Amino acid sequence: MTEPLAIHTTALTKSYGRFVAVDSLNLAVPKNRITAFLGPNGAGKSTTIKMLLGMIRPTSGETMILDHTISTPNTGRRLRERIAYVAEDKPLYGYMTVEQLIRFTSSFYPDWRSDDAQRLLAEYRLPVDKKVRSLSKGMRTKLALLLAFARRPELLILDEPSEGLDPIGIEELLRELVSQAAAGVTVFFSSHQLAEIERVADHVCILNHGRLGLSAPIDDLRQSYRRIDFVFEAAPSARELAVPGIERICSSGRQVSVLTSRNADEVIRRARDLSAVSVEVSSVPLREIFLETVRETPEFVKER
Amino acid sequence: MLFQKLNPALGQPLYLQLMRQIQHAAETGALRDGDQLPGIRTLAEDLVVSPNTIVKAYTELEHSGLLELRQGSGAFLKAGRRTRSITDRVQLARRRLRDLIDRLREEDLHDEEIQRAFEAELLATSEISRKR
Repeated sequence: MTEPLAIHTTALTKSYGRFVAVDSLNLAVPKNRITAFLGPNGAGKSTTIKMLLGMIRPTSGETMILDHTISTPNTGRRLRERIAYVAEDKPLYGYMTVEQLIRFTSSFYPDWRSDDAQRLLAEYRLPVDKKVRSLSKGMRTKLALLLAFARRPELLILDEPSEGLDPIGIEELLRELVSQAAAGVTVFFSSHQLAEIERVADHVCILNHGRLGLSAPIDDLRQSYRRIDFVFEAAPSARELAVPGIERICSSGRQVSVLTSRNADEVIRRARDLSAVSVEVSSVPLREIFLETVRETPEFVKER
Repeated sequence: MLFQKLNPALGQPLYLQLMRQIQHAAETGALRDGDQLPGIRTLAEDLVVSPNTIVKAYTELEHSGLLELRQGSGAFLKAGRRTRSITDRVQLARRRLRDLIDRLREEDLHDEEIQRAFEAELLATSEISRKR
């Protein structure tokens, strides 16, 4: 069963001279889900997002977004009305006051939700009479989010929305994301807040050096990644323990620690056959999965 | 019913944790037959988790017969005789666990060690018994 997709790219590539920022990316973002887009700084997240929105022309490859290609300017414009985007740098009209900017923005969107805008204005404690220019970074972020949320788009794309927010602001943001998703909005957002993502995301995509390192429902990751610590009378060689799915093996004396992305049961069975005297299984937090996916030097199974 | 925040650090999907909470509430009598559960959006906002987590938990509980989803009016608890017998079984299990813990303590194991061993065994066996 294939899920309907909100965003689907095929071999999407962007190079600047010899530097390949996004490298034949096949991204699939499910509809009606909250998808987190992760990756280290410089992995190509913002470039990808801008290509999705037609703001940067790809070197090659294709993008389907809400079942349309974004290539032609006309479909592009109509399509963009169904998509709300909050950029990383949140450019806003600085000379307007908060109130003026909200009124200004609302006039462009027939589906504008004044009730949502009013509610968020109060919740975010935004000063209505202040010039946008004089707002703090966190306040600007909140204002940009308000403008996106009040549009009730079909697809919400947020580039680092939690940047500049304090913990209370992050909690309010997440609650709003969840609320939007409950109203049927597809959410696609990039972030470094791994602990928060673990709570709200349905799906995770990890980008590394412009390539897709991992794309999976977060529940699958939770159920299949395991860290298993063994104690042996005499530690076996890594080769004896090799099972598909093992991402990393560390050993020291009689102790062997295995990080596996699947087949944990098979790893345990193999270790018991090799007469492991102790087996301890623990779950793997998203942080560790992330670090493992973007590790610079893939540590190969060592043989002595 | 009072819901507890779900813990993403456990190696268990959030929807399963939510299912357990509701099952537990039915077993202890915190939720009774016919009680209404919160709406999807309300509960998602309260727990700050994806609404799909709530949908999945409610759907699974409907399949298992503990919830009834009524068109347009939400989710309601449907406690039958089965829940009762589960309550009894859980109470029995807890008594047996208490005995086991007492024995382990007598053998000079610390509570943290007992807890670690317990969690490790649970995770290990759930892996082995899971069918692919």
